[in-house]
Amino acid sequence: MTIVALAFYLFAICAIVGGLFTVISRNPVHSVLWLILAFLSSAGLFVLLGAEFVAMLLIIVYVGAVAVLFLFVVMMLDVDFAQLKAEMAKYMPLALLIGLVFLMQLGIAFGAWESAAGAEAARAAPAPEGIENTAALGLLLYDKYFLIFQLSGLILLVAMIGAIVLTLRHRADVKRQDILAQMYRDPAKAMQLRDVKPGQGL
Amino acid sequence: MVEFFTNTYLGMLLVIVAQILLVIVPLLVALAFLMYADRKIWAAVMMRKGPNVVGAFGLLQSFADFIKYIVKEVVFPAGADRAVFLLAPMISLVMALIAWAVIPFNDGWVLSDINVAILYVFAVSSLEVYGVIMGGWASNSKYPFLGSLRSAAQMISYEVSIGLIIIGVIISTGSMNFGNIVRAQDGDLGLFNWYWLPHFPMLFLFFISALAETNRPPFDLPEAESELVAGYQVEYSSTPFLLFMIGELVAVVLMCALVSLLFFGGWLSPIPGLPDGIFWMILKMLLVFFMFSMVKAITPRYRYDQLMRLGWKVFLPMSLFWVVFVAFAAKFEWFWGAFARWS
Repeated sequence: MTIVALAFYLFAICAIVGGLFTVISRNPVHSVLWLILAFLSSAGLFVLLGAEFVAMLLIIVYVGAVAVLFLFVVMMLDVDFAQLKAEMAKYMPLALLIGLVFLMQLGIAFGAWESAAGAEAARAAPAPEGIENTAALGLLLYDKYFLIFQLSGLILLVAMIGAIVLTLRHRADVKRQDILAQMYRDPAKAMQLRDVKPGQGL
Repeated sequence: MVEFFTNTYLGMLLVIVAQILLVIVPLLVALAFLMYADRKIWAAVMMRKGPNVVGAFGLLQSFADFIKYIVKEVVFPAGADRAVFLLAPMISLVMALIAWAVIPFNDGWVLSDINVAILYVFAVSSLEVYGVIMGGWASNSKYPFLGSLRSAAQMISYEVSIGLIIIGVIISTGSMNFGNIVRAQDGDLGLFNWYWLPHFPMLFLFFISALAETNRPPFDLPEAESELVAGYQVEYSSTPFLLFMIGELVAVVLMCALVSLLFFGGWLSPIPGLPDGIFWMILKMLLVFFMFSMVKAITPRYRYDQLMRLGWKVFLPMSLFWVVFVAFAAKFEWFWGAFARWS
């Protein structure tokens, strides 16, 4: 067995175990930690495929930012697990039905999968010869599919502004900080030194 | 004999382990003296003597501390999540150490010469926050939890501006490999060829963000001892606490290495004609570390809202503007091509 195969099986097993424990772990914080293990293992798989740029992005975006937010939320939530379990039992049949439908759809999709001519070759050599895959990705996104890329960015921007507008409200009864006023305060005006004689007071 | 080390798996494994030890062991030994230097500088600013009892001039103080830490008892708080509680300091140390895999100390002296080196360092430093969050949560105590929440928010905020500053340097170089970044700063003018000159304002932003990212004073809010006792480290004792301390300091030294690689030309000599070498790299790292220590000694701690305001409302817009500026300057070769160093 070569080192690459060994590394593949290591990462693959870690990813599957991580995913499994994410679902069955009793403590939600442990679930998130197992999820992070699954993310890291899939990043390892990307590196084995020669897609090191995507692997690093996966770690930076998902593990470094998204999973931290998950962890934040899960830690702060005060969830009653007994109640949660009872709720889950109630919806179990529906969940099973949805799962079954998905499984059948996947079965149909993969059963009728036909690779296009040349698809195998394109998969084996994702980047043109002599170009790092970071540069190759840049060429695709910023040269070939420039307009589509910009449009998707614009859509995300609109979504972000929409979320801000929906949650933004100005409350009149809250005292606000004026940072500039704080910074430009003059110590000479704000306080006053008095010479207090002993035994007399002011 | 040579074939054993180049052709068999066991031989190659031995070579890799030897290389790793060659980086880690000098680093950890240097760390003991850096800790001592940190305390001495701090003491000098406050007109104290600092550690001066163990060994000549107190040089062995860090080793005495080390022994003291490891012979003490590990205390688990009641209700602590034992596995996560022990995992947190390990993650903190391991994440700080594995980033050194891509840091070059001289031309070609690097464990792993990968294309996306700078992204790798960025990814690993974004993972460091987990040690802090997990430690704070697993302690099952209020102060550590508050400390870890503060720390997580702080590290994520300043990572954004660090990332944008790094993008500026990447645009100038056209590569994410540290070797290429340093070689792009080579030239006839010595230290005036380095990136600190074209990327001048970003040097300060990067330095300040690095202080915040490594939880160093004046941004040591996670362990603000006046409010939170010691933040996420409150419940830790003995070796786990030591691991946190070492992890933190290794991250600081890593930031010193990053500043010298990105802005001060790594192993390049500042004066044309003098030979380049690892000597310059270490000298630059020590100078940056001296600045870290001085900042710790002479600045008061920030308030938490000021820290967040600085990160999101000052540093983020400035570094974002700088990325746009560098992109234009590199594309149209303004300033005699100082921003476009790709070949």
